[in-house]
Amino acid sequence: MSDLAPKHFRTPLARVRGRGAAKSGTQDFWVQRVTSVAGIPLTVAVFVIVIMLLGRNQAAVAQILGAPLVAMIMLLFIVCTITHMKIGMQEILVDYVPDESLKLTLLLANAFFCWIVGLICAYAILKLSFGV
Amino acid sequence: MAETKAPAARPLSPHLQVYRLTLTMVMSGLHRISGLGLYFGALLLAWWLMAAASGPAGYARFEWFAGSLIGRLVLFGYTWALIHHTLGGVRHLIWDTGRGFGAQQREWLAAATIIGSIVLTVIVWVIGYLAMGGSR
Repeated sequence: MSDLAPKHFRTPLARVRGRGAAKSGTQDFWVQRVTSVAGIPLTVAVFVIVIMLLGRNQAAVAQILGAPLVAMIMLLFIVCTITHMKIGMQEILVDYVPDESLKLTLLLANAFFCWIVGLICAYAILKLSFGV
Repeated sequence: MAETKAPAARPLSPHLQVYRLTLTMVMSGLHRISGLGLYFGALLLAWWLMAAASGPAGYARFEWFAGSLIGRLVLFGYTWALIHHTLGGVRHLIWDTGRGFGAQQREWLAAATIIGSIVLTVIVWVIGYLAMGGSR
């Protein structure tokens, strides 16, 4: 009798539903969509800003980039695209790098690259904006 | 008695090269490649912003690069990649709503993305040169 008794009573469906305590199995998918939707108007705005700055000298560029509205748009663009590209590169790596240790190394490098480049961009904008 | 069978020579699953190249296939690859280009292109954005924040000398170095032939080619490529990836993203967002999967629709979307990205890139650069007053 006991051999026939099931080891656990949860059905396969119940075990995958909700994805356990983390409940975050689709977070990267969702964040990639949020940042792609946000990226559309931000990209258009950044094109307008860059065209405005073409041919101007450093003083004028620094002044315009540091203006509150422009600086806010640039910061949003930076946060949005850096987040998006970190997940994008992560997808490419897990797709094409079968070797486990190389994959982990590259995923680590991806995280470092995105944080460093993102913070450099954000630091430059904040420096221009606060005028220090 | 118990002889080990040699592994059967089964056919391998077909890979990319056996398929006829289609536009949607190329666009799928281009979306990833343009994304990859923008990933490393973020270094250019970081350089430009730090140059602007660092002062006239640093900015002059960036301007020298941006104005050079190589620099302009890289920036033209960056512009195209950004526009192409954005339009490709719109295509993916349309697909996310469950629309645009029909045989004609997906061909049309693929063609609109590549033609749109090239046309818009040229338009942006023409506007850019006009904004600079025809200098350079």
